[in-house]
Amino acid sequence: MSSTNQGAAVRAAGLAGRVNLQQYVVYVGFLAIFLFFAIVLKDSGFLTVRNLSNIVLQTAPVTIMAIGLVFVMSAGEIDLSIGSTVAVAALAAAVTMQGYGLVPGVLAGLGCGLLIGLVNGVLVAYVRLPSFLVTLATLGLFAGVSRSMTDLRSIPVTNEAFTGFFGSGSLLGIPSLIWWTAIAVAFGHILYRETRFGAHVLAIGDNARAASVSGISVPKMRLAVLMISGALAGLAGLLYAGRLQAAKYTLGETDLMTVIAAVIVGGTLLNGGKGSIIGALVGSLMMGMLNNGLILMGLSVSDQMIVRGLIILAAVAVSLREKSR
Amino acid sequence: MKTNAAVSGRPVLGLNDIRKTFGGIVAIENFSLEVYPGEIVALVGDNGAGKSTLIKIISGVYLPTSGSIAIEGETVAMSNATMARAHGIEVVYQDLALADQQTVYMNMFLGREPTNALGLLDRRRMIAETEKLVTELDVRIPSAHSTIRDLSGGQRQGVAIARATHWASKLILLDEPTAALGVAETAKVEEIVASLKTRNIGVLIISHSLDQVFKLSDRICVLRRGKQIGVRETKKTDKNEIIAMITGLQQS
Ligand SMILES: Nc1ncnc2c1ncn2[C@@H]1O[C@H](COP(=O)(O)OP(=O)(O)OP(=O)(O)O)[C@@H](O)[C@H]1O
Ligand SMILES: [Mg+2]
Repeated sequence: MSSTNQGAAVRAAGLAGRVNLQQYVVYVGFLAIFLFFAIVLKDSGFLTVRNLSNIVLQTAPVTIMAIGLVFVMSAGEIDLSIGSTVAVAALAAAVTMQGYGLVPGVLAGLGCGLLIGLVNGVLVAYVRLPSFLVTLATLGLFAGVSRSMTDLRSIPVTNEAFTGFFGSGSLLGIPSLIWWTAIAVAFGHILYRETRFGAHVLAIGDNARAASVSGISVPKMRLAVLMISGALAGLAGLLYAGRLQAAKYTLGETDLMTVIAAVIVGGTLLNGGKGSIIGALVGSLMMGMLNNGLILMGLSVSDQMIVRGLIILAAVAVSLREKSR
Repeated sequence: MKTNAAVSGRPVLGLNDIRKTFGGIVAIENFSLEVYPGEIVALVGDNGAGKSTLIKIISGVYLPTSGSIAIEGETVAMSNATMARAHGIEVVYQDLALADQQTVYMNMFLGREPTNALGLLDRRRMIAETEKLVTELDVRIPSAHSTIRDLSGGQRQGVAIARATHWASKLILLDEPTAALGVAETAKVEEIVASLKTRNIGVLIISHSLDQVFKLSDRICVLRRGKQIGVRETKKTDKNEIIAMITGLQQS
C-alpha cells in the first residue's frame, strides 16, 4: 500500500524532473526551421507543394542511409563507409545493367552494399578492430574503387523500368521515392522497436558484456548491423542512379555528414544503447529542408556547409549533455 | 555432516574435487561442496582466495582444470554461460550486468524476450511478469518501465536479483551483491536475498561482510589461497572461528 504510493510519487517526480530535451529536440528543431523558412522564404516558393515534395524526394537516399546508421550507432558502432558505398553500388548497378539488364543490375548494386557491409562487419566483429578505423579505411578504399571502376566517367542509366522503380515513377499517385522512404522507415521502425533483433542491437550498444552473459552473440549482432547499413547504402545508390538517370563516383560523396547529423539530431546516441528510426526520418527531412532553404536563401555552397556544421555541433552538444545527466 | 537439518532432498549443486589453474597459478584446488535447495551458503575468503573463480566455474565461464560438477546429482559439462543457464543456474554479478539505458522489463528478459505469433516482442507479458516478480520480492522501483540508470544502486541490484530469481530454477550465485551499496540499500538487498530461501532454490553468496554472512547464511565455506579450509554451520560457529579460518592465523 505505502509502497505503491511511494512508487507513484517517485514516478511523478521522475517525470517532472526529467523533461527529456534530447528526445524532442528533433521535432522542435524541425518545426522551428520550417517556420523560419516559411516566414523568411514565403516569396521564394519554399511553401509550394512542389518544393516541399521535392525536399522529401531529394532526402530519400539520406533517410534510407540514416535508418541503417541508427542500427549501427545503437549497437555502439559507426559506419563511415556509407559515404562511398553509395557510388560503388550505383556504378555497379549502372554498368551491370548495360550488359545484363534490370535484375542483375539491381542485384549488383545491392550486392555491393552487402559485400562492403560484410567486409566491415567481419573486421569489426571477428577481427575486433574498431569500427571507426575500419569504416574510415573502407570509406577511402571504396572511394578509390568507385573512381577507378569507370575512370571517373559518368554512366548513363537508361533502363526505364529501373528509373521508374527507383526514381521518377509513381504508384497510386505517390512517387516511388516516397514509397521507398515509407517502406524503409516502417520496416526499420518495426525491426528496431518491436523485435528481439532490435532489442539485442540496443543491448549490445548499451552494455556488451551484459548482453553477452545474457546469451546474445555480440559479434553476430555487430556483423548484422554493419551489413544492414551496407545494404541500405547500396539501396540509396540505386535511388540516386534512378532519380539522376546516371551513376557517377561523386554520388553520395557529401552525404556522410548529413546522415550522421540526421541520426544524432534524431535522438540516437553516439555511444549506443538508445535511438529512434522515426527521429532519424525527421532528422533527415530537417537536414533536407535546411539544404533546400539555404539554397533558396541564396547562400553559397561554402556557407551552407558552415551552417550545417554548426547545426551538427549543436546536436552533438545536446546529445552529450543528455548522456552525462 | 554437510547436510543442514532445515533442508532436505538431494543437493542442487555438487562440486567434487574442483581444481583450476591459470598457467602455473593454482587458483582453486581440492574444492568440494554441496548446496541444497532452500539453503544459503556463504563463500568467504580474502582477496584473491579464488571465490570469483569458483563462481565462474559453476556458471560456465571457466572450465575446471579437473574435478566434476553435478546438478541435482547428475554430472554436467558446462563450457559456457548459456549452458549453465539451461541448467537453471543464474548469476548476479557485483558489477551489475544490466543494460543501463533500457527499461527494467527489457533487462529482466534480456536475451530471452518472449514474442507473439507475429514474432514481435510481447511487451505486455514482459511488463506483467516483471511487475509481479518485483512486487513479490518487494524491490521498490517506480515501475517496470523505469530506465535502469534512473534507479539507485540498491534498486538496480534488486532488479538483477529479481532477474536471476525469475530464471533460476535451481541455483543463484551472488558475487558480492552489496559491495557497491550504502547501508540502507544493503539492508534491502539482504532482505531480498533472505526471501529467496522460500523459493526452494540453492543460493551461493560471496561476501566480505561477516555480519552479512552470519545474518543470511545457513553454512559458511572458507577459502584461503585456493584451498578449501572448511565448511561450518552458521549456527554452530562464530566470527572468531571464521576469521581465524580466513586468515590462517590460528588453525582450527
Ligand atoms: N583469468 C585469470 N588469469 C590468471 N589468473 C587469474 C584469472 N582469474 C583469477 N586469477 C587468479 O586466481 C586467483 C583467485 O582470483 P579470484 O578473482 O577468484 O579471487 P577472489 O577470491 O574473488 O578475490 P576478491 O575477494 O578480491 O574478489 C588470484 O590469484 C587471481 O589473480
Ligand atoms: Mg572476486
